[in-house]
Amino acid sequence: MSGSKGGVGKFLKEWIFTIDHKRVGILYLIGSLAAFAVAGLMAMLIRVELSSVGPTITDPNTYNVWLYFHGAAMILGFQIPALTGFFANWLIPLQIGARDVAFPRLNALSLWLFWMGIILALLTFVVPNPPDIMWTAYPPYSILSPGNTAFYSFTVLIMGFASIAGGVNLITTIIYMRAPGMRWGKLNMFVWCTLGAFILQLIFVPILGTAVTMISMDKYLGTTFFSPTHGGDVLLYQNLFWFYSHPAVYVILLPVLGIIFDIVATFARNRIFNYKVAVYGGIGGITLVSGEVWVHHLYASGMPNWIRVGMMMSTLLISVPVGLCVLSIIGTLYRGAIEFKTPMLYAVGFIFLFLIGGLTGIPLALNSLDLYIHDTHFIVAHFHYVMAVAGTFSIVGGIYYFWPKFTGKMYNETLGKLGFVVTFIGVNITFFSMFFVGFAGMPRRYFDYAQMPQLESGHRLVTFGAFILAVGFLITLVSWLHSLFAGKPAPDNPWGSKSLEWTTSTPPGPGNWAEVPDCENFDPYGYGE
Amino acid sequence: MRRRFYPLISLLMFFVLAGTSFASSEEGHDLASSDIPDSVEGFKHLWREVMIDITVIGVFFALVTVYFLITYRRKRPGQEGRPVKLSRAAVFGWAIIPVFVFMADDLYLGAQGWSLWNSYRTPPESSYEIQLQSSMWSWKFTYPGGVESYNEMRVPAGKPILVRMTSSDTIHSLFIPDFKVKEDSMPGRITYLWFYPKETGEHLITCAEYCGMMHSSMAGKIIAMEQDKFDSWLASEQAALKAEEGA
Ligand code: HEM
Ligand SMILES: [Cu+2]
Ligand SMILES: [Cu+2]
Repeated sequence: MSGSKGGVGKFLKEWIFTIDHKRVGILYLIGSLAAFAVAGLMAMLIRVELSSVGPTITDPNTYNVWLYFHGAAMILGFQIPALTGFFANWLIPLQIGARDVAFPRLNALSLWLFWMGIILALLTFVVPNPPDIMWTAYPPYSILSPGNTAFYSFTVLIMGFASIAGGVNLITTIIYMRAPGMRWGKLNMFVWCTLGAFILQLIFVPILGTAVTMISMDKYLGTTFFSPTHGGDVLLYQNLFWFYSHPAVYVILLPVLGIIFDIVATFARNRIFNYKVAVYGGIGGITLVSGEVWVHHLYASGMPNWIRVGMMMSTLLISVPVGLCVLSIIGTLYRGAIEFKTPMLYAVGFIFLFLIGGLTGIPLALNSLDLYIHDTHFIVAHFHYVMAVAGTFSIVGGIYYFWPKFTGKMYNETLGKLGFVVTFIGVNITFFSMFFVGFAGMPRRYFDYAQMPQLESGHRLVTFGAFILAVGFLITLVSWLHSLFAGKPAPDNPWGSKSLEWTTSTPPGPGNWAEVPDCENFDPYGYGE
Repeated sequence: MRRRFYPLISLLMFFVLAGTSFASSEEGHDLASSDIPDSVEGFKHLWREVMIDITVIGVFFALVTVYFLITYRRKRPGQEGRPVKLSRAAVFGWAIIPVFVFMADDLYLGAQGWSLWNSYRTPPESSYEIQLQSSMWSWKFTYPGGVESYNEMRVPAGKPILVRMTSSDTIHSLFIPDFKVKEDSMPGRITYLWFYPKETGEHLITCAEYCGMMHSSMAGKIIAMEQDKFDSWLASEQAALKAEEGA
């Protein structure tokens, strides 16, 4: 960053017009962390509101906007772009030995579409009548609502275009741009996982696009897709929505698992346990089955009884490929030489969080039990453990892991570990107690709970945990800023990893390598020989 | 040569076993019988079982992880792992055995979940039927004979109650925590749930599907009364209704 005026202009120009996959990735990261920060602030406000019976700091309308923004921004603006935007773009060419992605200009287009989406989403706070329709946007409420549903539809559509362009790009990259000798059988787990995630995105994003377009048409153009008085059907939307949004949770989960696999292999200096089964059975199985379970979100929605039973079975069966992946992660620790650096701590934390979150999915899968716990805070605790928090642990761990490579600086290990410990404690206080509040009958999306005042102490505990959690993330933020401004220069391969991305110089220049590496005798997990 | 068939035979046996577990659990639930299945008890029983199941699995995996983390920590700088080279048989073993264990557990729980589901979704013949129309933001109950009440559902204790519901504006969900049940009420569709208030008493009703500003205030209650008190309440309401119509 040069100090002169011309220097700043040049610097901005270089970044704004960049088509380099690493810079595109980093710009994705900045946008998604901004979404995370704002949505995280909303979460804190929500928790303060719920900390006592009765209105605490706001009114129901404002509360509903916060909750809408929190959910939509965390999923569409933070987790999906951080994983399929930052990690996939920045890392995949480095891991497969390519100089860039297949279509660099298309990549820049999807980046700037994503930024438009972020800006549109942030406008929620300045327009009159912001949307209050929750991230699921079920009609008829999303049509009857006084809020600007169109904001939601257009944000989803723009982010969707960005995702589709990104998916086409990276699938092509993985298939055609691998370095000589980089055969399918030795790709990094992250590459496999992301391939699965992009296949799901390409198949299912258009369905979400259709669904949200239909609600806006109903609301603004007078069509009646979801209006029963004119021959429409309210359940149609829920089916379309979950047809996308269940696979979407696996679009998040798959790259998350990929990052964890790679961190664990590096810090345990070990091969992936049962690589082939993890790839074909685990990742392949998740990709195949995740499209056949969406009705588990509709157990209480009056779907035909037989399909509610059928999808109970398919939902239970998804624990099989997920279980194979977990087995493989834990198996990779076996006979390893484990070093507990900050990224590894996050990976270990992930294993525990994911166990709790995944296993609490089992009672939800049983439709008879779900008739009670559906739409209570129990669900909220489940998906925060399994997706929100476990996913964020993987993202934060991944950022620490690749930090030396993409910033060129080392971070402070003590600060990193302190941030982990505080966050891990906060997360468990918050979401473990939330299971109990939910099981006691607290419904979701409640601004107040005057009819069950006995839950106040539980809610207090949840809010208390949330503050610890927030302190944890702030420490993490401090450690990153500290490293940016005062970090020591990083060596090329600080972790001693065998993976290809660490053979570049730090930070990698344009084109990544002076010469495209020959991967004939290369093995990303070739430890121990 | 014969050995090749072992996996096949065990697979078959597995499905037969799974099948019998389904069959036996179906038997236990005789739809034709006159005694009313107690879904709340069924819920508590299955919930306990599932909690034990997932706790055992979770603690097992967690302990193994902790054990590995301690045993295989790096003891000197530069130390490398000693990866196991799996034989072909081991590769399949590490896939097939866990898959079987997971699937067996899934099918076992699934079978129980299914039979409880049947009891949740099969209202007894003798049910007393009440109609519900939800709207933003209240519940309207209609009794046989046309009597209506808002946000208070009076029911005779000792009788299974069947609620048939629809909605006049957006989707709501009739949630009765004490009876461990809910079902969405939607415009243009008719859905149902049933529950069994064995004794007199009051139970909370609350809305479980987001429906806008007053969603969290859409509470009401169920008042389970002795049969004769209920009858006389209904009769007096009926008389009032008649008088109103006559006027
Ligand atoms: C063993 C695996 C899992 C099972 C059996 C399972 C089961 C379920 C079921 C049945 C529901 C619907 C509950 C309800 O609304 O009543 C649900 C909700 C949810 N699950 Fe899972 N789940 C599993 C893993 C995951 C994973 C891996 C993720 C994400 C990475 C995830 C994310 C979610 C989310 C986001 C919701 C709630 C969505 C909403 O209503 O807003 N789940 N899960
Ligand atoms: Cu799902
Ligand atoms: Cu409601």
